[in-house]
Amino acid sequence: MLGSGIINGLIVTAKNFVGSYHDPKRMVTVQYPEERAKLPENYRNFPFLITENATDPMGTLRCVACQICEKECPPQCIYIEKSKDKKPDATGKPQLYPAVFAIDTSVCMSCQICVEVCPFDAIKMDQVFEVAATDRFTGLLLDREQLAKPNSYFHEIHPTDAAEVDTRLATERQAAEEKAKAAAAAKAAAAAKAAAPKAAVKPAAEGGPTA
Amino acid sequence: MSVSDLSSFTPSSGPTVRAVKDPFHGDLLEVSMGPQHPSTHGVFRMVVTLDGEVVVKLKPVFGYLHRNHEKIAENTTYLGSMPYTDRLDYLCSMTTNWAYALAVEKLAGQAVPDRAQYLRVILAEMTRLVNHSCLVGFLFNDLGTSFTPLLYAFREREKILDLFEALSGSRMMCNFQRFGGCRVDPTPEWLAAASRLVDNYPRFLDEYETMLTANEIMLARTQGIGILDAKLAVNAGITGPCLRASGYNYDLRKVDGYGFYPRFDFKVPLGAHGDTYDRYMMRILEMRESVKILQQAFRDLPGGPVMDPKAKIRGFRPKAGEAYGRIESPKGELGFYLISDGTPNPYRYRVRPPSLINLTLLEEMCLGHTIADSVVILGSVDIVLGEVDR
Repeated sequence: MLGSGIINGLIVTAKNFVGSYHDPKRMVTVQYPEERAKLPENYRNFPFLITENATDPMGTLRCVACQICEKECPPQCIYIEKSKDKKPDATGKPQLYPAVFAIDTSVCMSCQICVEVCPFDAIKMDQVFEVAATDRFTGLLLDREQLAKPNSYFHEIHPTDAAEVDTRLATERQAAEEKAKAAAAAKAAAAAKAAAPKAAVKPAAEGGPTA
Repeated sequence: MSVSDLSSFTPSSGPTVRAVKDPFHGDLLEVSMGPQHPSTHGVFRMVVTLDGEVVVKLKPVFGYLHRNHEKIAENTTYLGSMPYTDRLDYLCSMTTNWAYALAVEKLAGQAVPDRAQYLRVILAEMTRLVNHSCLVGFLFNDLGTSFTPLLYAFREREKILDLFEALSGSRMMCNFQRFGGCRVDPTPEWLAAASRLVDNYPRFLDEYETMLTANEIMLARTQGIGILDAKLAVNAGITGPCLRASGYNYDLRKVDGYGFYPRFDFKVPLGAHGDTYDRYMMRILEMRESVKILQQAFRDLPGGPVMDPKAKIRGFRPKAGEAYGRIESPKGELGFYLISDGTPNPYRYRVRPPSLINLTLLEEMCLGHTIADSVVILGSVDIVLGEVDR
């Protein structure tokens, strides 16, 4: 029958029209500034720098200014200047730190490549999205003070990732400590050995003829 | 002025509508549609010469969204181009990622673990659902049924994009594939949610088809409109649903058997007439086949790593050589041609975009139809300007 296709279509739209008032699954609108939809854990937007200690953010940056992210960043939005001096990192090893670390978030495309290439787990993806600024040149150009956020914040936004990173770093740190201990022990042993021969060789030499 | 003088039309000269005298047709009207026109799917321009309402000449003009994609890729590392490929076909970033990863893996001889191969098939077919749902929605927008079908389609698309966001961190710019696997391993909850969505998808398709497939107005507006001859399509290099709607059986998933597609049981739907209606039905039938592939993939998904442990993230330098990787993207054959000279950057990087090549026969499809039909024909070809202009 001519027109039956249109009528069947109208039945579908009518059902949906009624359903949109009654079906709780269909009422999906979230009243944004007052209510907020929950972001998925993997959601990513703009990188930030991790600091170990919230009270001394600039002193405990994990970043060692290796500049790998600066080189790999596809839109070239990271700018780093190495420090002249060295600071001890979490394991106590003296490391360089970034004297200048700036990200132009108006250029950044949140691709996460800086996070993937970072060998120190120092840069991670943030979940901020309300980043409007009134000044287009300096408002979106973030320096290291603005980028630094504590590890606890990372735990808050990406709990699974953060736990994984922390256990990995802890084992690495432990391995480094053990290695250092072993190295110290070996050094001590070597030193003892180096000292011992003088004492040990003589009796052997003395003992030689008797054999 | 004769029709042959129309080639002198330049974008900066003259008004967007002007009278043209033609010795055969009498008074003609030349209209510049776009680049800011809601029906041209982005910044695309058609210079249409009209005899009354009928198209007698159509000249596609593009390049308004040119972003120097290929040259940028030659100046950045192999990995650095991956997020840029998201922006080629911004509706289907998962498949563009895969095509590029496939080309680089071919170049570097990189193996991909089984779980990642399955995951790629899952994500590619979900992308096909996203793209085809969008396309049929926009097609009805072009027909004049403003927004209802589009929003029905977007409702489903939104669910898939939410899953993409939960997996990759971004709804559209996924940047998910890597050379040698995928970036993130999906959680069992994610897989369960995705599987549930796929099982419910045929219900949406049934609803959508009840609403529109047999609609008399739709039939009158699309059947016999914009017929594309199979021979001409093959000669012009048209690929994807547009070619199959003309009845030519060519699907890279079957022909090339890239990835793990030979393991899946699915049919390739074919059209008979090559008109706009066939191109619409092709999308609906392909979505049904995609659902079948997805169900098999969720059933057979093996465990194991999603990334080859030998794959390199930092300091990736393939040996000197060349490779062409191609996949059946939702729009057609998407290929990446790479030449490596052993440095971290590709020496040559070339994209074979299906949208651009499918657009070349637009004039042949539109001639003799009204200007309103030319809008629908353009919608049924399925272009994304990010990919056309690169």
